[in-house]
Amino acid sequence: MGIEEIFRADYGRILATLIRLLGDIDLAEEALQEAFAAALEQWPAAGTPANPVAWLVSTGRHKAIDRLRRRAWLSDKQDQIAREVELSAPRLDPQSAHDEETPVPEDRLSLIFTCCHPALATEAQVALTLRTLGGLSTEEIARAFLVPAPTMAQRLVRAKSKIRAARIPYQVPRAEALAERLEAVMVVVYLVFNEGYAASFGDRLVRHELCEQAIRLGRMLVELLPIYAEPKGLLALMLLHDSRRETRLDASGDLVLLEDQDRARWDRAQIDEGAALVEAALSESGRPPGPYALQAAIAALHAQAPTAADTDWAQIAALYGVLARVYPTPVVELNRAVAVAMASGLERGLPLLDALSLDGGLAGYHLLPAARAELLRRLGRRDEAARSYRQALALVGNDTERKHLEKRLREVTTS
Amino acid sequence: MRYILLIYRDDKWWDGLSVQDRGKIFQDAVEYSEGFRAKGVYLGGDPLEPISTATTVRMKDGKALLTDGPFAETKEQLAGYTMVEAKDLDEALAFATRHPLVKAGLSIEVRPVRVGPPK
Repeated sequence: MGIEEIFRADYGRILATLIRLLGDIDLAEEALQEAFAAALEQWPAAGTPANPVAWLVSTGRHKAIDRLRRRAWLSDKQDQIAREVELSAPRLDPQSAHDEETPVPEDRLSLIFTCCHPALATEAQVALTLRTLGGLSTEEIARAFLVPAPTMAQRLVRAKSKIRAARIPYQVPRAEALAERLEAVMVVVYLVFNEGYAASFGDRLVRHELCEQAIRLGRMLVELLPIYAEPKGLLALMLLHDSRRETRLDASGDLVLLEDQDRARWDRAQIDEGAALVEAALSESGRPPGPYALQAAIAALHAQAPTAADTDWAQIAALYGVLARVYPTPVVELNRAVAVAMASGLERGLPLLDALSLDGGLAGYHLLPAARAELLRRLGRRDEAARSYRQALALVGNDTERKHLEKRLREVTTS
Repeated sequence: MRYILLIYRDDKWWDGLSVQDRGKIFQDAVEYSEGFRAKGVYLGGDPLEPISTATTVRMKDGKALLTDGPFAETKEQLAGYTMVEAKDLDEALAFATRHPLVKAGLSIEVRPVRVGPPK
């Protein structure tokens, strides 16, 4: 394996282990950069070491110790000298046969719980997770979130200094706190995914990288926390959405609705994997299914329907009903209304949508009038549909969706 | 590592409570904190007199300027502080999260105490 592949595949693993050994994110990041630089210099001539990851950890650690020693000489700071002595002392974990430089899965888990600590702002959690576990550069993260690079750099610096100064721990939370903290981690992973999946603006390559990163993090959670059902649901949900990636936009970049997408081009392997994970998440004994598993189950029904007409809308409406109970949000209610309309008659959906309008929780949300317009269009009530499309157009912010709504409006206003 | 817990409350809300209710909230807080003293977690703390008793000192044109009132007018006012010794932020947050004052509707800002000169 080449150095670049190792960088991409193992950056987070190596960094997490270095953070455990060095006790500081910045120090570990610098050490890892230096270790990779040393690898680029030495490997081509000396050959790739038998265990490249262990080599990088060990080299990074020594680079960090050198760095601390230099700093200690320059500044004569007692605490740094003490830390350096502590770091350079050979330590073997008596609990295990492994030497402490061997990356253990728990390192990455500790790191993601540090990055997604609720004492950090959500945007900082997202950036820090992508930077440390994903190995994305500050510039790449800035580009993905349409933020100027110095702003993103500042966000990362502030988060890391808070971790250091307030001593946010680098550890997997204890069992009683784990479920709640895991929730926060999953929110971050899904945010990363959605940021990439929204694919409505910005650099498409960078955005796809976000989806891949989120899926990789989801896999890590499933692998390292196998007794929890919700990470399986989350991973399934991301895989199932991502399986349609190639068909969501047409050649000119216009939105293609689910029912019009070319199902032959959906990623079958990903759908199968997602569906199996849904099964596993739902069959977890004794616990009611969580919101990710339920959304994934819905996505699986869509993905597995051979044609749009074969979609099991009754089952989907029922799942939205369950989801509305465990995760009662107006957006879930909106989706439920659409599913009910598709399952048991378009007219049945209209009063549900009207009730949502009166409720006011979705005021300003373009998909509410857009859903209403769509039902009216299918019912052949063109004038009313046009009125709703215009309402939706007044609210929509995303250009891809705007173009789609404008196309529909033209369809119902021209004969 | 030491953390200071800065306790904030809406004085209007507090003034609206009966003397008995205020006494009960205070008593619960004292008992809770004292329960952590032997463990070395609770290091001490005090309630503060209301902000109407505050005086702020600033320098203006080379002279000390005294103003009646708090440094900043805020919706919630500083009502007391507590010092804790904790292994890390999670331990300090666990102490704050279960604090009876939080349950009673007050807010706690948790701040690490800096050791040594400013960095």
